[in-house]
Amino acid sequence: MASVVLSEAEKLYIVHGVQEDLRVDGRGCEDYRCAEVETDVVSNTSGSARVKLGHTDILVGVKAEMGTPKLEKPDEGFLEFFVDCSANATPEFEGRGGEELGTEIANTLYRIFSSEGSVDLKSLCINPREHCWVLYVDVLLLECGGNLFDAISIAVKAALFNTRIPKVRVLEDEEGSKEIELSDDPYDCIRLNVDDVPCIVTLSKIGYRHVVDATLQEEACSLASLLISVTSKGALTCMKKVGKGSLDPESIFEMMETGKRVGKSLHASLQKILDEEESLGTTRQKVGFLG
Amino acid sequence: MAAVAMRLPVARKAVGPSGPRGGEKHLVAPGDTITTDTGYMRGHGTYVAEEKLIASVAGAVERVNKLVCVKALKTRYNGEVGDIVVGRITEVQQKRWKVETNSRLDSVLLLSSMNLPGGELRRRSAEDELAMRDYLQEGDLISAEVQSVFSDGAVSLHTRSLKYGKLGQGVLVQVSPSLVKRQKTHFHDLPCGASVILGNNGFIWIYPTPEQKDEEAGGFTTNLEPVSLSDREVISRLRNCIVALVTQKLMLFDTSILYCYEASLPHQIKDILKPEVMEEIVLETRQRLLDLEG
Repeated sequence: MASVVLSEAEKLYIVHGVQEDLRVDGRGCEDYRCAEVETDVVSNTSGSARVKLGHTDILVGVKAEMGTPKLEKPDEGFLEFFVDCSANATPEFEGRGGEELGTEIANTLYRIFSSEGSVDLKSLCINPREHCWVLYVDVLLLECGGNLFDAISIAVKAALFNTRIPKVRVLEDEEGSKEIELSDDPYDCIRLNVDDVPCIVTLSKIGYRHVVDATLQEEACSLASLLISVTSKGALTCMKKVGKGSLDPESIFEMMETGKRVGKSLHASLQKILDEEESLGTTRQKVGFLG
Repeated sequence: MAAVAMRLPVARKAVGPSGPRGGEKHLVAPGDTITTDTGYMRGHGTYVAEEKLIASVAGAVERVNKLVCVKALKTRYNGEVGDIVVGRITEVQQKRWKVETNSRLDSVLLLSSMNLPGGELRRRSAEDELAMRDYLQEGDLISAEVQSVFSDGAVSLHTRSLKYGKLGQGVLVQVSPSLVKRQKTHFHDLPCGASVILGNNGFIWIYPTPEQKDEEAGGFTTNLEPVSLSDREVISRLRNCIVALVTQKLMLFDTSILYCYEASLPHQIKDILKPEVMEEIVLETRQRLLDLEG
């Protein structure tokens, strides 16, 4: 992960600030930075989203392709994640430097989406055991400004909300072989239900308290963090501890409660903004990357 | 109470002319012809090709009699003798420290250019060399002055005054060096309750004003006591104001920072970074600065 070097006095300043619930940029311990979300930024994908959380910039593209279902789940489609930490973000990611972080993030995303009910995979099935939709979710890290996991999960949820999968019809001809017909109308498509897609909330332990949405400087002061994936109803689906420090059980419990609370309001804001963007429809002025 | 603010992105609006100016600035991009008149001497940021003077950086053309140069907006820090810089120690070498100052090459702080504790003047011995890490470690922040510039552009620093030295608790903001206005003094004690060091290299250091102006300033003992909440609020607000000014590309100097601070008082500290509040505050600051000039 990209990191900054801080002097001992700076770290002390940050730690004392967190104790008093006043972080360096004036936020409280449970406040997120201002996030900008935009969907449908990449034209040749089935769905895409771009999220800017402070200095963290994430671009997610979803491509829906036809594939064969997995052997153990013959009547479901599936998702494939790939995370690319581009050298744009920090020079540390040059060449193969970003691979380790990329695989870690991808594995976390697999874990979150492997829980039952996050995405309705049965709706992605076309022909049991033969054809199904595979959603290839590609995450591109453009800028690294702290709190990568949260931003990535928000972007993935927004991209899945934006994904439009064309409707297909299965035709059986006389010999019994099946043909798949794609509908001609580009607007005739199915949308995914993202109500139960979880978002990750990262809680970093700094001193005796924990903060949400840590910046790079705050991440340098925290020894241990807890990644929690929370659904919009406040249910915790997955938990992971990162960092070389230790967490005692009371802190973990407190962090879980905070995570659930913050997660619920995160989902509420995200859904509101996605609905607002949708309601603007074609009148929306696309900002993209040149705005 | 958790607060998550999400918004849709808004295209950046072109900012209107910011007031009366002597003349329109001649802005160029790399490759643009500045002039075809061969009578001019070429300065930084230009080169001659096919009898034309062409810009090599993106910025504004400055003309002093016969000298034409292009001053770039976004650039690395180019050291000049006498500049105040704030830097971070990256390496501890044999008789010197390597300091990161947002320039093309790391700056150098020689052991002989550093004040010894107590202000003694003596030749640096082998024990001093071994004890270098006790004075300054990797990651420490210092304020220093540029003593000289090497031929390759690397800068040599010195802290031979009690006002320079290791910095204690505070907040560092990194901005583009071209936004820091050259002034008589770069150490300011703002009336709002905090002090600020405007490094010429774009590193701005905001810290709580020390109560006593004694020999401790610039020394090696850092004050590790917790900073009071009221001071913290002032520092956070100043930090957000500076970020707001930089986002709107206003020059940073003590008056502009102070006006921006006063304009931001009606808002909550964390709201200052919202785009619409930022615009409003900076507009008010700009207006007050124009009134000051006019």
